Amino acid sequence: MPRDASPRARIDWGRRAPAALASIAACVAGGVWLIPYGWMIVTSFKTLPDLVARPLSPLPRPFDPGAYREVLSAMPVARYMATTIVMAGAIAAAQIALALPAGYALAKLRFRGRRLAFGVVLACLLVPAQATFVPVFLLFARLRWIDTMTSLVLPFAASALGTFLVRQALLSVPDEIVEAARMDGASEWTIVYRVVGPIVRPTLVSLLLVSFVFHYNDYFWPLVMTTDDAVRTLPLGVALLREQGSGVRWHIVMAGNAVLSLPVLALFALAQKHLTRSVSGGTLT
Amino acid sequence: MKPRAAWHPWAMLAPTLALLVVFFIVPIGVAAYESLFSWDLLTAPRYVGLDNYRALVARGELLDVALRTLGYSALVVGGAMSSGLGLALALDRPGRLFAFIRASVFSAYVISWVAVALLWMWMLDGDDGLVSRLLRVAGASSSPLLGDPRWALPVLAVIAAWKLTGYAMVVFLAGLQGIPRALLEAAALDGARAWARFRNVTWPLLKPTAAFVATTLLATSFQAFDVVRITTQGGPAHSTELFVYAIYEQIFLDLRVGRASALSVVFFGLLFSLATLQLRAWRARASMRHAA
Repeated sequence: MPRDASPRARIDWGRRAPAALASIAACVAGGVWLIPYGWMIVTSFKTLPDLVARPLSPLPRPFDPGAYREVLSAMPVARYMATTIVMAGAIAAAQIALALPAGYALAKLRFRGRRLAFGVVLACLLVPAQATFVPVFLLFARLRWIDTMTSLVLPFAASALGTFLVRQALLSVPDEIVEAARMDGASEWTIVYRVVGPIVRPTLVSLLLVSFVFHYNDYFWPLVMTTDDAVRTLPLGVALLREQGSGVRWHIVMAGNAVLSLPVLALFALAQKHLTRSVSGGTLT
Repeated sequence: MKPRAAWHPWAMLAPTLALLVVFFIVPIGVAAYESLFSWDLLTAPRYVGLDNYRALVARGELLDVALRTLGYSALVVGGAMSSGLGLALALDRPGRLFAFIRASVFSAYVISWVAVALLWMWMLDGDDGLVSRLLRVAGASSSPLLGDPRWALPVLAVIAAWKLTGYAMVVFLAGLQGIPRALLEAAALDGARAWARFRNVTWPLLKPTAAFVATTLLATSFQAFDVVRITTQGGPAHSTELFVYAIYEQIFLDLRVGRASALSVVFFGLLFSLATLQLRAWRARASMRHAA
């Protein structure tokens, strides 16, 4: 969003809300969205006696990372985290590897049945996993795939949205590039992965990030597809911190929450432009 | 372009199409078939025709769940859209502070529903929660909000709106970029004040964006599950039993595969009608963005 600093910029107020209103909104938004995060961190560094005696005090006394040690002893954090990252990474990688050739065929090649194939992709855009989990669960139960990485990754290995977005991006790649590559004797697979793939890289990076974050965070599918510890993901483990035992020890739950959220927040901080752009629809149109 | 060999396009599409058909299209048919049986996963399934649907309708369960989910969605869409639009208009300014606040609001959309649900459960904890304590100081009743059948659902909607406001804000910010500056400057030179400029220039041009945000949020909140499973498990007194949670309850807690399948079929039907609205809004927005 370029902002010119010329004298005319003064009239640019035409677009914005009055300054006083903007400042008030910024303060309110800061309070409503930052205080909960702050409270999470403050609580996570309290001790149980401190939490009971002074639940509202804004400073932990003593400042104690004990809750994080408790999280580490209550669950195998490293293993859950590794499972989650492997799952989300495998899904994101598979989606890109499959969406690229599929999107290329839909955008660049003329063949009978193309409309039907594109129709299938569009129809699947409208079907969420929440509408299909009962039959898929029964199928996986019959195959004895419950509690396996396969049950977590395979249903999402192809992405209707990803295929759609890659197709849209490839529509604006000129045919001449593909024709030139063909003349040079490149195989179709080389063209897909080495020639046009790099051209639509921004779309692929957005897709990778959004997909990774979505599946890292996902609670629903791992909850349905796992019954034991074998491939438990971090969101499930953190949610279990609250369900365990009698009397909720909120400092431990908040420590778990911080462990769960910090990697995503760090990724967001690093790739903010990509994430906001893909969400705001830079890639959707 | 002509494919080099007739089988090339199909080879490129095969993995994607096979997975999509197996995991998203076939299951709808299977659910429709299973919904005609009574099955508890232990004994053999028994054909019962449309009894599962009849039972869901007769006990009022289906209508209750559908209306509850719609009500929740309406609150979430209304809340997230109005705060998202307000913040987009107010925070669309240069400067690091505004960028930081925008990022903070959006970050709630990026983190897990699990983290958001647990965080707000603690904030709303009946004994020691920050928000409950503040409400009590302000003179509100001391009953825990999530334990009150009248308040639990609206409170869940507020939590969801808190999470989704950042999404709405970011899309509205993108929409604001598409409004020609000259138009607003002309209105300002004509003496139109901020509110008049918003009503007569900004809002009409922002309508396709608003429709896009509304339909997307509607579909998202219609599929709500995580926040219910973690905070209230459908209680108190079924007051927060939303559609996906009801399906989950039927199959995993009551072991009624037939009922769960029947609910899935109805759920899919409702989503499909919502989604056709959504596609229309997406197209309208896309054509506007191409025109801009």
